[in-house]
Amino acid sequence: MSLRILAVDDSASMRQMVGFTLKAAGYEVAEAEDGVAALQLARNERFQLVLCDVNMPNMDGITLVRELRQLPEYKFTPLLVLTTESGQDKKSEGKSAGATGWLVKPFNPEQLIATVQRVIS
Amino acid sequence: MSSIDLSRFHQTFFDESLEGLDTMESALLRLDVGSADAETINTIFRAAHSIKGGAGTFGFSAVAAFTHHVETLLDRVRSGQRQVSQSDVDLLLRSVDVMRCMLKAASSGDELDAAQAAAVQAELESSLDSDVAQAPKVQAAAATAAPGKPRTAWSIHFVPKPELFASGNDPLRILREVSAMGAAEVSCDPARLPPLRAAEPDLCYLAWTVKLEGEVTLEQIHECFAWVEDDCTLEIVALDAEVSPSPSPSPPPLPSPVAASAPAPAGTAPKRPSLNVVEGGRSETRDKAGEGGSIRVGTEKIDALINLVGELVITQAMLMQQAGQLDPVQNERLLQGLSQLDRNTRMLQEAVMSTRMLPMDFVFSRFPRVVRDLAAKLGKQVRLSTVGEHTELDKSVIERIADPLNHLVRNALDHGLESIEERSRSGKDVCGSIRLSAAHQGGNILIEVSDDGRGLDRERIIAKARERGLQVLDSATDAEVWQLIFAPGFSTAATVTDVSGRGVGMDVVKKNIQALGGQVDIASQTGHGMTVSIRLPLTLAILDGMSVRVGDQIFIVPLGAVVESLQPRADQVKSLAAQGHVIKVRNEYVPLAELAQMFGIPGESSGPSAGILVLMEAEGRKIAARVDELVGQQQVVIKSLETNYRRVRGISGATILGDGRVALILDVAGLVRLFSTQAQAA
Repeated sequence: MSLRILAVDDSASMRQMVGFTLKAAGYEVAEAEDGVAALQLARNERFQLVLCDVNMPNMDGITLVRELRQLPEYKFTPLLVLTTESGQDKKSEGKSAGATGWLVKPFNPEQLIATVQRVIS
Repeated sequence: MSSIDLSRFHQTFFDESLEGLDTMESALLRLDVGSADAETINTIFRAAHSIKGGAGTFGFSAVAAFTHHVETLLDRVRSGQRQVSQSDVDLLLRSVDVMRCMLKAASSGDELDAAQAAAVQAELESSLDSDVAQAPKVQAAAATAAPGKPRTAWSIHFVPKPELFASGNDPLRILREVSAMGAAEVSCDPARLPPLRAAEPDLCYLAWTVKLEGEVTLEQIHECFAWVEDDCTLEIVALDAEVSPSPSPSPPPLPSPVAASAPAPAGTAPKRPSLNVVEGGRSETRDKAGEGGSIRVGTEKIDALINLVGELVITQAMLMQQAGQLDPVQNERLLQGLSQLDRNTRMLQEAVMSTRMLPMDFVFSRFPRVVRDLAAKLGKQVRLSTVGEHTELDKSVIERIADPLNHLVRNALDHGLESIEERSRSGKDVCGSIRLSAAHQGGNILIEVSDDGRGLDRERIIAKARERGLQVLDSATDAEVWQLIFAPGFSTAATVTDVSGRGVGMDVVKKNIQALGGQVDIASQTGHGMTVSIRLPLTLAILDGMSVRVGDQIFIVPLGAVVESLQPRADQVKSLAAQGHVIKVRNEYVPLAELAQMFGIPGESSGPSAGILVLMEAEGRKIAARVDELVGQQQVVIKSLETNYRRVRGISGATILGDGRVALILDVAGLVRLFSTQAQAA
């Protein structure tokens, strides 16, 4: 059974890029465009990794991480936030909300795959 | 070594970024400078942030660099470090323009106005510099730290906090990464492990020491632990002297956390499986505004669908016609099926056509910005209101109505509305008003641009028209006088301003709208303002028509143009030397178009009282066409004659009938013009 990843970003092009890259690497990918939609999906099915953008409407990535950690199924699941170079404080904010780590934007498909392989294999 | 071609995502990036810019623009326009609403600022920030992120990811570095300044300014506003001023809003609006130009240039390869971009960027930079004093200087330490030199042996003592698992991190994963960088010897320290009964499965009790041999920098080791540095105690000790620089330099430390897992020195590097891309790019996106999801589909796909449905409608009509000759009793089931097919085809056609429909908001949404900029330039105060922005219209019509509307709105602001002084002198509200409205009316859409300005000046228009050698009777009705402003090159503005006087006059507006099968009317009240009404067909693809027969040919007359049909009496038809024939209908002389003669069809009836006359109207003038028979009324799918053959005077297009024959669609406005120029030439 292939591993399932949830990619959350309000930008359609980023979702496409992340989704396409991960699928090409053999993962199963579901996409959500904000924290609310992601939480809904995560409650209904189990993902082995959640990748989420920080700045999103409705529910931002930090809140999403905090909410996901409350769910018993996601207590130990790797949750990665996608931050920008300048978002140093977002890394620590994400960490204290319960994120496993981060990936700095902009990243290319190879960097994405490498980071994903770091946490799930 | 990028194995995925990122260009497949470019179109989505351009689309969403241009959408984001529209969002930014409209949010900036409604931003209340005094008390900026946090959510509005957030919306603007998010749009800029996404554009920057995407531009960086997809390799549009100029866009990313420019947007970075915009984002920085917005971030300061968002975090309360900076009070947003009117000049900030102006600067941001101009930045939106620059970003839009940059994106369009990037997507089409067009020339970019680099000077303007540089000017706005310089302004952004200086604006940011002005409050840099307050901004804390971060990253200084990180930037100045020199990259460490590689050593050959390290001792790493790693003691995770018991709660490490709760962040989703796995110490074994980290240890594997560290070990992959060289020859490693890992020893586990179980000292903290409690008796089994007291142990919590969720907690991490173990600690590790790694002896690592290989050319590894301190940064590379830290990268492996970057995510857990706050959740552990970490001691890293070099066990040897610094390695002297080797002839073949080892790879420099990479900045991103990914670098840690990248294979270390060449030769020992494990081969990473390369990505094989076979799947087609998905262009799926959700509509942010709507509740239900939506997908982005290329216009050409929709057009192909519409064409296919058009063909289906024709085939279906053909079947219906053939079935008419069948015995209804013997073929009951077949006929039932056919009538079901008829209904389904009609519904399918409507459903497909509706996918091409866009709300008028698509065009209206640009005007707040246009009006704001223009009003500032002219020193006028204007309130813009829009009504019916949800009214839907065919995409191709919407795209082509934008320019004429733009011209009308600029005209209203520039020439229609008076200056503030003039308005207060005449006791009007100093703030003028411009209203844009759209509504469905029958099979048409009615778009109006109204202002409460000075209205048209009858005397000046007549004077100007006579100056230009046009014949105007003193008894001409107002409506006739207003139509004069559509004459080519006609302008009543005393000075040509750069606002509306761009060489495109009302004549171009009218021509554009007529090209869409629409018409323009003006209502004006001196001192109280004017309204320009545009009436357009909802779609350019389908037409409600009346089919008429001339000899063995069928012509389609657009139903909207038909006034009445009558059987002529010989005494109604008069022959004029200059204009050919005219017919007197209710004390009005109307030019008579002999279709058989015009198109060289052997007619079956001749003589003044022969056949039937169809009275049609366009542009406020009437024309009568002589036909042999009124066949019926039907919806026809319009096919361009120009693209398939060539332009023919008096014909606007063609269609295929149920029996497979081609019928020509009459261009009523064209016929009217044809006959009036003939009359003038004579």
